[in-house]
Amino acid sequence: MSLELVCPAGTPAALRAAIEAGADTVYCGYRDCTNARNYPGLNFDEAEMERAIAYAHQHSRKVLVAINTFPQAANPGPWHRAIDHAASSGADAVILADIGVLAYATKRHPELRRHLSVQASASNELSIAFFRDRFDIRRVVLPRVLSIEQVAALVNRVGIETEVFAFGSVGPMSEGRCFLSSYMTGLSPTSEGACAPASHVSYVEDGAATRSCLGGITLNRFSQGEPAAYPTPCKGRYVTHGCASYLFEEPVALNAIDILADLRDAGVTALKIEGRQRGRAYVSEVVASFRRAIDALERGDSAAVASGLHAVAEGGRETHGAYEKGWR
Amino acid sequence: MTARGKLTLGPLLFHWTAQKRRDFYFHIADEADLDCVYLGEVVCSKRDPFFEPHIEAVVERLTAAGKQVVRSTLAMMTLDREVAAARALAQTGVLVEANDVACLSEVAGRPHVVGPYINVFNEGACDVLIDGGAVRIVLPVEMTKSAVRVLAGRAGETEMLVFGRQPLAVAMRCYHARSHGLTKDGCQFVCGLDPDGLPADTIDGQALLTVNGTQTLSNGYLVLLDELGELRAMGVTHFRLSPQDMDMVAVARIHRAVLDGQRGTAEAMTQLRQLTGSIPWQNGFLHGREGLAWIERADAHA
Repeated sequence: MSLELVCPAGTPAALRAAIEAGADTVYCGYRDCTNARNYPGLNFDEAEMERAIAYAHQHSRKVLVAINTFPQAANPGPWHRAIDHAASSGADAVILADIGVLAYATKRHPELRRHLSVQASASNELSIAFFRDRFDIRRVVLPRVLSIEQVAALVNRVGIETEVFAFGSVGPMSEGRCFLSSYMTGLSPTSEGACAPASHVSYVEDGAATRSCLGGITLNRFSQGEPAAYPTPCKGRYVTHGCASYLFEEPVALNAIDILADLRDAGVTALKIEGRQRGRAYVSEVVASFRRAIDALERGDSAAVASGLHAVAEGGRETHGAYEKGWR
Repeated sequence: MTARGKLTLGPLLFHWTAQKRRDFYFHIADEADLDCVYLGEVVCSKRDPFFEPHIEAVVERLTAAGKQVVRSTLAMMTLDREVAAARALAQTGVLVEANDVACLSEVAGRPHVVGPYINVFNEGACDVLIDGGAVRIVLPVEMTKSAVRVLAGRAGETEMLVFGRQPLAVAMRCYHARSHGLTKDGCQFVCGLDPDGLPADTIDGQALLTVNGTQTLSNGYLVLLDELGELRAMGVTHFRLSPQDMDMVAVARIHRAVLDGQRGTAEAMTQLRQLTGSIPWQNGFLHGREGLAWIERADAHA
């Protein structure tokens, strides 16, 4: 089986761009708190979702619907409605994280294929087995904290499909369980769907440099031309032992395009491109590059695939992240 | 509300020497008015072997002192030996606090505690876990009052962290090692240099976070002395103190007195302030605000 290329769509235009560029599968979410990229101007209303699924199916591609935040107490309505609508619109699968939402989907729509979101933070065999056995999960999106060896070991043991991140940001924290952004802003990525919401981000001129702030807290200071990431708490500079550093993660992007053979040999089913918050041009460029790389791999073309993606990589630099053991 | 609120001591999050850790627990066993003590390494399995030889004696001492002992697991497991250790612990039949979903399969159908590192934000998740045998759920730190009101007492026991640095994130990567130019695999146990965590400030000098190995905590201490009565009335049954490098027996005494209605919160807060020194207090999450905020009573009731 060829590696399945799973691509982001923050808008209907991005969905069409991803399909034109060679995506096998596109993932997207509703325009509300039910998905983990709840940023202004992004995502799909119900009519757009119906048209998107129809369009993808006309082109024999699949659509996965991310409903991967955690409902707040006494308000499961939006999540239930999202699942019901994804089911009635013919979505190929839903990507879920919350135990309660999983239970609802399993009971109400047993025929609707369920994937486990990275937000569920299932990073070992037993965790994946819990979700698989309890909610008949058919695919798990593995956290970005595992080495290739660990990915291969998990693939062998869990008995369901695995999807791994191939391009996007490096998430150093256990996803779905990080409260840093709400600690600084009062808005929860976990239940409201936006880490470092734009409403709380500000940039302040500071001499020849710029300070980026979240909730009024300075996360970074950088000069013109210096690589800098969007100010999420884990991409900030902090002072320990009197020295400022990128304590959690450098401003680099994950790019696994030159280790696709290793990921295929590890037995993964699908490669996930991150970036529902990015524009159509990003989607077209990244998806096309990965399409070429996967096709070359299929042909047994061992010539190195020139990536050329650093221009769209966050911070302009790239890493293999946790796939290499030295990362941690 | 007839039964009295239970006071618990959460698992020690920091890497103290085995000697210091053992003495701490003996002192807690003998002196602290606590109903329950959680024991176990939550942050990093590399620390485990140091304290292992003392666990049995500590469990014995705590149990003999009439305290319930719950064994806490790692918040995040990726290695086979970590999963195997959790499985072995669960199979001994002791009461386990599961902090990674991995443990839920192992303890399914048997009484267990769901720890604060497993996301339980709503009734749906709560019901699945109770159905699986959870007798107590420790709510995540990012919990608002309106959510507590819905979830507390839904079934079984409900516990909340009410004192100590707030756990904000767990990771595979060791930031303590990274701050010393090392990696997790060659960490030299530098986390042991900071028994109350390593301050991580903003570049313009604002105290913000505390690094503890692979874990990130708040710089300030969560203090909910003023909210204890309200939480109790909402159905919270257990109140957790997270061990910091300070006189935890005195911290327990202050909370016990407030829970029992024997001391006013104003007096208790004055006493606690003497113990916590210059470390800021925080309670924002419960009030639906940024977690680092401190909401005074007058504001909270406005």
